[in-house]
Amino acid sequence: MFLAVISLLCLFLFPMWRITLLAPQYPQGVTMYIHINKIAGDSPGTLQNVNILNHYVGMKFIEPESIPELKYFPYIILGLSFLGLIAAAINKSGFYFAWCVLLVALSVAGIYDFYLWEYDYGHDLAANAPIKIPGASFQPPVFGVKQIINFTAISYPALGGIFAGLAIPFAFMAGWIKQKST
Amino acid sequence: MTRLNCFQLPGILWLAGFSLLAFTNCTPSGGTTGALSGDAASQVYVAPGEYDEFYAFMSGGFSGQVTVHGLPSGRLLKTIPVFSLDAEKAYGFNEETKPMLQTSKGFIPWDDSHHPELSQTKGSTDGRWLFINGNNTPRIARIDLTVFETMEIIEIPNSGGNHSSPFITENSEYVVAGTRFSVPYPQADVAISSYKENFKGMLTYVSVGEEGEMDIAFQILLPAFDYDLAHSGKGKSHGWTFFTTYNTEQKTSLLEVAASQNDKDYIAAINWKKAEEYIAQGKFREVPAKWAHNVYDEKKHSATSTMNDKVKVLIPEDCPGLVYFIPTPKSPHGVDVDPTGEYIVGNGKLSSDLTVHSFTKMLAAIENKAYETEISGIPVLKFEEVVAGAVKDAGLGPLHTEFDGRGNAYTSFFISSEVVKWKIGTWEVLDRAQTFYSIGHLMIPGGDSADPDGKYLIALNKITKDRYLPTGPELCHSAQMYDISGDKMKLLLDFPTMGEPHYAQGIAASKIVPNVKKFYPIEENEHPYRALGEKDTKVVREGTDVHVYLTTIRSHFSPDNIEGVKVGDKVYFHVTNLEQDWDVPHGFAVMGANNSELLIMGGQTETLLWYPKEVGVIPFYCTDFCSALHQEMQGYIRVSPANSSIALSWSLGEEEPVQ
Ligand SMILES: [Cu+2]
Repeated sequence: MFLAVISLLCLFLFPMWRITLLAPQYPQGVTMYIHINKIAGDSPGTLQNVNILNHYVGMKFIEPESIPELKYFPYIILGLSFLGLIAAAINKSGFYFAWCVLLVALSVAGIYDFYLWEYDYGHDLAANAPIKIPGASFQPPVFGVKQIINFTAISYPALGGIFAGLAIPFAFMAGWIKQKST
Repeated sequence: MTRLNCFQLPGILWLAGFSLLAFTNCTPSGGTTGALSGDAASQVYVAPGEYDEFYAFMSGGFSGQVTVHGLPSGRLLKTIPVFSLDAEKAYGFNEETKPMLQTSKGFIPWDDSHHPELSQTKGSTDGRWLFINGNNTPRIARIDLTVFETMEIIEIPNSGGNHSSPFITENSEYVVAGTRFSVPYPQADVAISSYKENFKGMLTYVSVGEEGEMDIAFQILLPAFDYDLAHSGKGKSHGWTFFTTYNTEQKTSLLEVAASQNDKDYIAAINWKKAEEYIAQGKFREVPAKWAHNVYDEKKHSATSTMNDKVKVLIPEDCPGLVYFIPTPKSPHGVDVDPTGEYIVGNGKLSSDLTVHSFTKMLAAIENKAYETEISGIPVLKFEEVVAGAVKDAGLGPLHTEFDGRGNAYTSFFISSEVVKWKIGTWEVLDRAQTFYSIGHLMIPGGDSADPDGKYLIALNKITKDRYLPTGPELCHSAQMYDISGDKMKLLLDFPTMGEPHYAQGIAASKIVPNVKKFYPIEENEHPYRALGEKDTKVVREGTDVHVYLTTIRSHFSPDNIEGVKVGDKVYFHVTNLEQDWDVPHGFAVMGANNSELLIMGGQTETLLWYPKEVGVIPFYCTDFCSALHQEMQGYIRVSPANSSIALSWSLGEEEPVQ
């Protein structure tokens, strides 16, 4: 169970998700890292460069300050870790399973929230955008690879996200081991 | 194709006042492609998107600049403005770089740049800086190889032409500056015919600091000869510099004849470690001398010019052991030190032989006081006590020698238009390759350091003629590249160059590429007129001076509508490029500007001074195709009559103008 909590806390060290945009004139790609509390790039100028690209088609600027999730998400993770520690203290399989279900539910909610933001960025375009492409969607994928006009967008969990995902089987195993041993 | 390639030879010999026609070996050459073999193309082919293996830095000669090429492709990568105005990059035109071209003689927009020299650590090129001399108004410049821009220019006082320069020491302690033309010392209104009494030749040591910063450490006052070229010692000869001389006849007119009479001129051997001791002991004379020192600050994106007024001079009479003269035949041009530091090659340009001196023998001759005579307190060593050997009948008109690090030397022969490969120690000629035409300098990457990369040799030819499609009377200078990795030199490539490359330097790209900067971090910008975001943009009037704080980002200026400027104002456009991505410069041009455009790199601020002369509404625009909406990157500035009461205002887009 402690492994599960430690895995979850890795979110404070590593980014959750990573989105890379590839195009002929960006051979190394432009990579954004979504952390639980910020959006960063592979260089200090990355976010500005992505926003410059996005503004041609009228996408909103990505401004981490205006995304409330980045403010309260760390507290959710801390709270969840605290509950995990309580579960460990009680040391009953039911509590482990309950925690596991809670984590799955929150993860699904988080990914759905991520999807909504992506949908919003990809579809809520400024009416006076310089470049309008009828029928084109600029929404990046949540998981996988997608062609967005001249860019190939690649979106996968990053190290923090992978560890957070591992917390689920760890918690499940804790519950399972407890159940077997009693 | 077979043809004669000796047509210019008799002319040259006639000019030199010689009748050496017996030497003119006018046999049909084996065609002007030399020994070009079938796989030459693949050896110079760098596939699209691939990098070259080496950087080559070519001096621009009369262009005053430096060009950067890739090897083995020969592709031109960049022109670095150094001593000459460059309207493309606003070098010398914008307010930030004007101080770079200041001298004690005022603003000088041009020079003649000859010898690039890379910084060294333990005798190896280290890829930090490139130094280059300005020959006409004596100067040395330093280029920073993280940004490939000129960062510093130091003026050399008491010099008549800075040719034997910069020729760095093996740990970049000093770059040197020997005067090609001796001049009255101190400068004075004297008869030219009083040369022998009144003229002197000054050698200068410029110290190089940890950050590359230059300062004049000391000067050495020598007899009035022409100090032609130099190289600093390395390894065992570290601590010494060798300068060639000609015109030891001390003539002032028709030198082509008059300065070619002595059978031997001298190589001046300077013990600069001894000079440091004499400086520490205070055995120098502090003399008045005006010299400018111009430094570009990468954070302020601006240069400052400081005028200095004195210099420390060492007089050989007061400083025994500081200078020795080594007799060397036939007006030696280049002086080149082999990678071990033992052999000093005197390229006697009016001879068919090469003279090689031994550093060990030189030290023994000094020890034994094997002096032939003395000139102004400077011992002249006995030739036969110093000479190590000669490469006999190697060719005609030897100029320069480089080394491959495998015990071989390569000498350029101008008159016989060839590179001759010979063996150090045995002095035997191993191979020769024709050049097209009339080679001056030659360059092997690291070929004048202790650690040559002996793979390619570049011939820097003086005459081009029919090598490329003709372009009227003026032709580009031609470089040629040879593969020297085998026993025989193999011609691989001709490529055109900018200006007149004299010397060049080459270095493995891997020593430079990891340190190259892609843009300037905007948060480090300390320009006094910066605008670090669009919220900082404004227009400020101070009397008739109007300061416009502009920003650029794809794809607009902020502000792009400006009103309230009047005829007779001085308008300073301070343009900050907010981009933080590699290769997104923006340009700035305003109609009727009497200077140039600006070309501003990401994170940089540059200033264009503009005089509005007539009322009207004047457009300005971005000159660098920056994005899909580059053509929309434009603005207007309204110019009102001098007595107008229209207040300053500025705006961007739909927002209300700011006043
Ligand atoms: Cu632009």
